[in-house]
Amino acid sequence: MFDLGPVYQSVGSLAAMGAALGAMLGAAAKFLAVEENPLELELAGLLPGSQCGQCGFVGCNQYAAALAKNEAPVTACAPGGKDVAEKLAKKLGVTADLSDHEDKGPRRAVIDEDLCIGCLRCVQECSTDAIVGAPKQMHTVLADNCHGCAKCFKVCPTEAIAMCKVPVTLGTWHWHKPAPALLH
Amino acid sequence: MHDLVLLIVAAALVNNVILARFLGLCSFMGVTTKLDTAVGMGMACTFVITVSAVGDWALQRYLLEPYHLDYLRTVTFILVIAAAVQFTEMVIRKVSPALFQTLGIYLPLITTNCAVLGVCLLLVEGKMGLVDSTIFAFASSIGYSLVMCLFAGLRERIALADVPRLFAGPPIGFITASLLALAFMGFSGMGAN
Amino acid sequence: MKLFPVRGGIHPEYRKDRTSECAVVAMPMPRILYLPLQQHIGAPAEPVVQEGDLVKKGQLLARGQGVVSAPTHAPTSGRIGAIDRVTAPHPSGLPQLTIVLEADGRDEWGELAAPIADPFAAEPADIKARVAASGIVGLGGATFPSAVKLNLGTQHKLQILLLNGAECEPYLTCDDRVMREYAGEVIDGARIMAHALGTPRIVVGIESNKPQALEAMTKAASAFGNIAVVGVPVQYPMGSERHLCQAITGLETPARKLTADLGVVVHNVATARAVHHAVRFGRPLISRVVTVTGGAMADGRNVEVAIGTMVSELVAFCGGLREAPRRIVSGGPMMGAPLPSLEVPVVKGTSGVLALTAAETNDAPAGPCIRCGSCVTICPCGLSPVEMAPFIRKDNFEAAAGLGVMDCVSCGSCSYVCPSHIPLVHYFNYAKGSLNAADRDRRQQERIKTLAEAHNLRLEKAAEAKRQAAAAKKAQTESQATTP
Repeated sequence: MFDLGPVYQSVGSLAAMGAALGAMLGAAAKFLAVEENPLELELAGLLPGSQCGQCGFVGCNQYAAALAKNEAPVTACAPGGKDVAEKLAKKLGVTADLSDHEDKGPRRAVIDEDLCIGCLRCVQECSTDAIVGAPKQMHTVLADNCHGCAKCFKVCPTEAIAMCKVPVTLGTWHWHKPAPALLH
Repeated sequence: MHDLVLLIVAAALVNNVILARFLGLCSFMGVTTKLDTAVGMGMACTFVITVSAVGDWALQRYLLEPYHLDYLRTVTFILVIAAAVQFTEMVIRKVSPALFQTLGIYLPLITTNCAVLGVCLLLVEGKMGLVDSTIFAFASSIGYSLVMCLFAGLRERIALADVPRLFAGPPIGFITASLLALAFMGFSGMGAN
Repeated sequence: MKLFPVRGGIHPEYRKDRTSECAVVAMPMPRILYLPLQQHIGAPAEPVVQEGDLVKKGQLLARGQGVVSAPTHAPTSGRIGAIDRVTAPHPSGLPQLTIVLEADGRDEWGELAAPIADPFAAEPADIKARVAASGIVGLGGATFPSAVKLNLGTQHKLQILLLNGAECEPYLTCDDRVMREYAGEVIDGARIMAHALGTPRIVVGIESNKPQALEAMTKAASAFGNIAVVGVPVQYPMGSERHLCQAITGLETPARKLTADLGVVVHNVATARAVHHAVRFGRPLISRVVTVTGGAMADGRNVEVAIGTMVSELVAFCGGLREAPRRIVSGGPMMGAPLPSLEVPVVKGTSGVLALTAAETNDAPAGPCIRCGSCVTICPCGLSPVEMAPFIRKDNFEAAAGLGVMDCVSCGSCSYVCPSHIPLVHYFNYAKGSLNAADRDRRQQERIKTLAEAHNLRLEKAAEAKRQAAAAKKAQTESQATTP
């Protein structure tokens, strides 16, 4: 039989160390406990709040919850556009790939007056009350208040609403990026 | 006093953990893309290295040597380091959730950071007293933080330059690191009489 | 008078000799005039005429909207042909709402505002109102409504009215000729503006490469004790109001602040002349002096042209093009705007029309940055283009803003001096535009959030009211049931 002394010593000391350190960490965990992660609430606060569903989630809060768990991309909010995507990326501390975001661009609802029947369905759906209209009267969209959530687009029975790209005006145009340098 | 200064300079610059001993390279390449994360990582590592050094020195002196358990050195040192890292994680999570998020996976990876284990093993090799060991560990970690910050600054600048596509990221980082290591070679022989 | 140095700046070839000795010629009134509703900084003007209306020369065509705006007047008598979208004299080539005026050839003045007999006895408020009603804007190219600038006297303590006769841009000589030929009008207008502002002193800053203008203005100002005519060093961008102010007073205007915060208000010499016409004769701003030159022009002229004249007709009047131009620029070559074509109107801010050949433009492809630092030495605003440009190349606008890109005046000195031909000022224009767009986006998002919250609140209130009504009705029916 070989000497079991060293075995007991090594196993014992390791076990003792493990127990001691474990106890210390347990105490520290209680002492340094962090409350419920407020990240979700902060993320929800950055979103438009119109519950339009274009991101693929039921509402803005659900999207924020998914974002907090890193289960959703920051670029999913179409009405929010580049601004919201950037803010979300900053909050989460990730770098967002915004290079393809230019293609979608902001869109605004426009009502084709020839097709509108004045049914009021879009007025009720609009998340920012941007559509004005009365029963059997022409409806129209206040462009400044529309942010392209497309809820009205989905309910119009005569397909009178089109989601149009926001045209560039003299007031919003700016110079584009110069071509990159040639490396000789 | 003279010896103390020599010890600090030797630990921080001459035998710099990253550039002379080439330890801790994974965190060196991983967290130095931004200066803020590098600073945070440097501070976290300083805390871990110093605390682990004290713990490991005590462990060596009062457990491993008297009971001839030198073969358990690596395991027990890692145990202490892991506990220190867990504790640091909890502190950082409480104090700065933003830093906690940005360090991400690299915070628990300090456990396997060979710089920490390296410094602790070097302590044992050096057979120094408690005070000297602590100062050695602290100075080594200061050297580590210094090089992390230097390199982060360099990498932020390189990110803005027109690096050829194949070299972008870690490749140009390693080339720059080797140039930095060459520069730090200038410290060798400092303090020798 | 003691002058102070201005940092940086460049000394390009000025190429003014072609037109500096050409006296101002008046262009005959064209058949059709195109008057955009927005020729100024601020809200566009609102038309007060309709298609088919007959108007007289000087009649109000569009009224200013809001505080920062300016009206537009008819440069000649005729009929309003249309109010339509016409290509704007803007690099984007986008159209804007324009009043199309068909001249009847009679050029009859309508009823003008009464001349203010003694402007120096009049209330400053009356003078400001007259300047506002005459549609006068900064004719140096900035087109800021002059009446709003004259109002700075009520908000700041002002010491000096600084008249900007620097004209530091190459090729342009319109201000030079205005000072040489109409010095009296300029000085009179300046004195009227000084009275409206309440400034005790007037200083006229003229670059010393214009000796005849200096002489003419000194002579015209000699009768008055509080006017100093000063020759400033020839340096681009001496005509920038902040830098001219610094040369004269030695004080640097802090970022995001006005020269008025230093007690100085700057106005262009042509603006002063327009104020003279408005106050002394009741005439609104309907014409301006434009320098037409450039390597591709057969001949170079300084022309007094009616606002709204098509640039193509102006060019034809000046002898036409002798070769196809590489680029047509409105204003000077450093800060002017490239025009999409010649089929755009002359507007209040058009100080020059340049038809430049390929030899006069630089389309060389950009090379890599060699970090020589020339751009830093040269920047008159003390910024660091070598640091800002790489951030902008990677679309990191926040870092660029942190380095002060919003304080860049887009003078173009950095692009001019870069040995690698990097279009630095274009990067900064891109960055400024993107930052402004991001700002607009942010404000829009905040508005939308408020609207969405209000919408939800409204629905909740409606649901609550419905619940209460249902509960009340239920209680009512229950009480009715129990009481037979």
